[in-house]
Amino acid sequence: MFDFHKNHRLLTITAFLGFVVLSIGIAIIPASQMQEVKPLPGMEELSSEELKGLHVYVSENCMSCHTQQVRNIEMDQVWGERPSLASDYYFSKQRMDLWRQSPSLLGSERTGPDLTEVGKRQPGIEWHLLHLYNPRIVVKESIMPSYSWLFEEKSSAMVTKKDVVVTVPSELLKNPDHKLVAKPEALALVAYLQSLVQADLGQNLSPDFIPSTRKKKEQSSGEESLGLDGLQLYSETCAACHQPTGGGIPGAFPSLAGSKIVNDPDPNILIQIILSGYDARAEFGAMPGFADLLTDEEIAAIANHERSSWGNKAPAISAEQVSEIRKFIQNQKP
Amino acid sequence: MKRTPLIIFLLCLLVSEAQAQTVPNPDIGQWWSSPGIIGTALLIALVSFVAILIIGSRLSAFIQHLQNKSDTGTKESIKSELVNWDDEDLDWLLEKRKAAKNFHLSGTELSGQILSDDSRGLISNVTHDPENPLVNEKKRETLHLETPQPLRSLMIWYLGASVFWLVFGTLVGQYVGMKFIWPEMDQTSWLSFGRLRPVHTNTVFWGWASMAMVGLGYFVISRTSNTRIFSYSMAKIAWYLMNLSVLLGNLFLMSGVNNGGGEYREYIWPAALLFALGLVLTFINFYKTVASRKISEIYISNWYLLGGLMWTITLVVIGYLPSYQDGLGETVIQGYYMHQGVGMWFMTFTLGLVYYYLPTSLNKPIYSYSLGVLAFWTQMLFYTMIGTHHFVFSPLPWWLQTVAIVFSAGMLIPVIAGTTNFFMTMKGSGSAISKSYVLPFFLVGVVFYFVGSAQGSLQAFRLTNFLWHFTDFNVAHSHMTMYGIITFILWACIYAIMPKVTGKEPPALGVGIHFWLAFVGLFAYMVSLMTGGTLRGLSWIEGEPFINSVILMQPFWVWRAVGGSLMLVSHLVFAYNFYEMAKKVRSVPAKVSPQSFQPTPNRPDHV
Repeated sequence: MFDFHKNHRLLTITAFLGFVVLSIGIAIIPASQMQEVKPLPGMEELSSEELKGLHVYVSENCMSCHTQQVRNIEMDQVWGERPSLASDYYFSKQRMDLWRQSPSLLGSERTGPDLTEVGKRQPGIEWHLLHLYNPRIVVKESIMPSYSWLFEEKSSAMVTKKDVVVTVPSELLKNPDHKLVAKPEALALVAYLQSLVQADLGQNLSPDFIPSTRKKKEQSSGEESLGLDGLQLYSETCAACHQPTGGGIPGAFPSLAGSKIVNDPDPNILIQIILSGYDARAEFGAMPGFADLLTDEEIAAIANHERSSWGNKAPAISAEQVSEIRKFIQNQKP
Repeated sequence: MKRTPLIIFLLCLLVSEAQAQTVPNPDIGQWWSSPGIIGTALLIALVSFVAILIIGSRLSAFIQHLQNKSDTGTKESIKSELVNWDDEDLDWLLEKRKAAKNFHLSGTELSGQILSDDSRGLISNVTHDPENPLVNEKKRETLHLETPQPLRSLMIWYLGASVFWLVFGTLVGQYVGMKFIWPEMDQTSWLSFGRLRPVHTNTVFWGWASMAMVGLGYFVISRTSNTRIFSYSMAKIAWYLMNLSVLLGNLFLMSGVNNGGGEYREYIWPAALLFALGLVLTFINFYKTVASRKISEIYISNWYLLGGLMWTITLVVIGYLPSYQDGLGETVIQGYYMHQGVGMWFMTFTLGLVYYYLPTSLNKPIYSYSLGVLAFWTQMLFYTMIGTHHFVFSPLPWWLQTVAIVFSAGMLIPVIAGTTNFFMTMKGSGSAISKSYVLPFFLVGVVFYFVGSAQGSLQAFRLTNFLWHFTDFNVAHSHMTMYGIITFILWACIYAIMPKVTGKEPPALGVGIHFWLAFVGLFAYMVSLMTGGTLRGLSWIEGEPFINSVILMQPFWVWRAVGGSLMLVSHLVFAYNFYEMAKKVRSVPAKVSPQSFQPTPNRPDHV
């Protein structure tokens, strides 16, 4: 009966049906089940600008280097508050148009960092624009391509009020007298990147990370504020703009080395700026507030690192000082 | 029916794995002592051992050659001794020597006065200098297969296109690899990394490997069915469709139009449809040819060729139909499609080619037909289920990940069956391998078939995923398989069949250079990215800032580019070799006079 080696019809039909049955079981049924996933409460649909940004993201195939999935293992905790869920992709992974299907946002390579929460990590538009125009302006060791075609150079006379001008060192421009203006594609892409934040599920509902069995550094033995590594926190949170050298980027992000505010013996203004952001000087980009992202201890550790590095010499501050100012700011809010 | 116990066994495995998942807690402290890592290290050691063996044997031949030269030193010492001799003695010696020098063989000592004649065409080549230290003297191809002119030209069309795409695709690959070192190489949108990376992968997939496979398949299908191809014009149409698909797809990719960026299905559906139509035509053509075979049995190669085509057509349809692909449905399909593209198309079809070209190159039958059949059905069963192992720890259902991991381990069955079959076929033909320019390619391909596939199975484990997923280790694995297995085997097949069909051989030196550059290049590529990938994974587990892992990769990316350059150069040499095999000989009007065939008896070298 099973004379596969003589009956070509039987052979092909069996092999075909076998494959189809297996494929339905392993691919089509699970994929169809995933269609029943609903968005999380509080998740918002992408705005048309963000959707346009997503299209640029796909067009430039950012997925080939950047993932958007926080795996449920402890090492991925740096990329998000909780492991990613199927619902997280409800709005972003829809069919794009007649020609293009739902984008493969999860990715398979982390040549660059995961972007699940890049909107939280890098909220400033100035930073994003500079980084897109030439990543090495803000991250010296970056190997990301420059997306200079998302920008155009205009002579000062041609720049209108609507244009978003990006301050870059003039030697990077083809014509040093011109201004660099972000094209709508760049702005849309940044809008999309800024929208990338995990929806909050609350402590109780969030799935847990699988803990690593690696022995933790003896955190409990040290004093709370001393246990935190100010340099590490600074590198993760602040160095993208203010640079690891504390020197900032001329015309974009102010220098912290020798800064009056940082060196002020009274740390009130410094702590206030870290907590609620700063946009008082037109020549520099706006700084977002970090009140929701950092604890008092972390802010104290960062401030102490800033006050004792790059030639800065100012007295150390404590977490209590930060906590007082935090309360003060909260009380001021209506 | 025979498979029932096997399936039950697997289901048990599945259940036990599902129960075990309550404590999925990999012990990272001892990462180096986990089975996945040890297994991978052993596999790499195995392939390095083979490499060292081959390189060692070549080196020893080379040293031997040098030693022969050092004999000249002994001659010098004899000369200096002669100076002290008496004149008389010297004269006596010189006389003797003169006489000896003047003695000539007449050339007819053995044959008498009969004219030497090679009427049966046994002698193919006469050489005065057989000692070439770098490239072994290879046996020339003596077998010329009577091939119908349309089939011959069809093969040259397909293989020629494949060679073009190989050179183009690897040129792009090399360019993209260099961008890791010099990210500012250009500021052109259509040359940017994100757009070019899929151009590289899709070109070598659908352009190089697929075109070469189909071209080689046409010969197998017609030869083993002992009949002519069902329709040559259909084959030509398929050629146009598939090439057009690659061309258009690439243009779209470079202009920023891709199908959502899922790996290997970046071509938007109109471009992919052209390719699928080409596959459908090819399948019909192959099927009808097999149906009209002149022998009762279907040779095992044709099982794989038909299976590969059929499964791939199904795969493309499932991969592009939209209704279940929103949200993570797309991710399920992506894992399935990405792995089946490799497993059901490239691997299956190429195995079919090996089942024909390897035994014919060795001039003996395949070791076991039954093992081939076992490998065929298990290939279908296991390969189909493993796609989700690209998304371990992702938000996809845990059971789907577990099934993928379990069946990845099951992949060892077809792999071991296939490897055993090929090695047992090669067994006892060691001297044939060193004398042939085809078989070294097969040897490398088959060794990598075992090592690359087994390494892939181990990489699917949860702990190895912990360490290696998202790092450059994946890139190393895909080159180990797509290059080490598929590409080396395709080269072997091309070198095996082209001289038999066209009667023209590639230059021996060219084949030698091609083999060595590709082989050494692949090693540099593989080892550097595997080492770098492991270090990068460890850096992430340690929780270091991300940019540290970029900085630590820099030297490894340089070595990767070096390996890539060697590979690219070898492809240029291969393209030249192919041209030598495929070029048309200008038909010189034969001015044959009877005298020109008269051998001159006095020249001893005219054997």
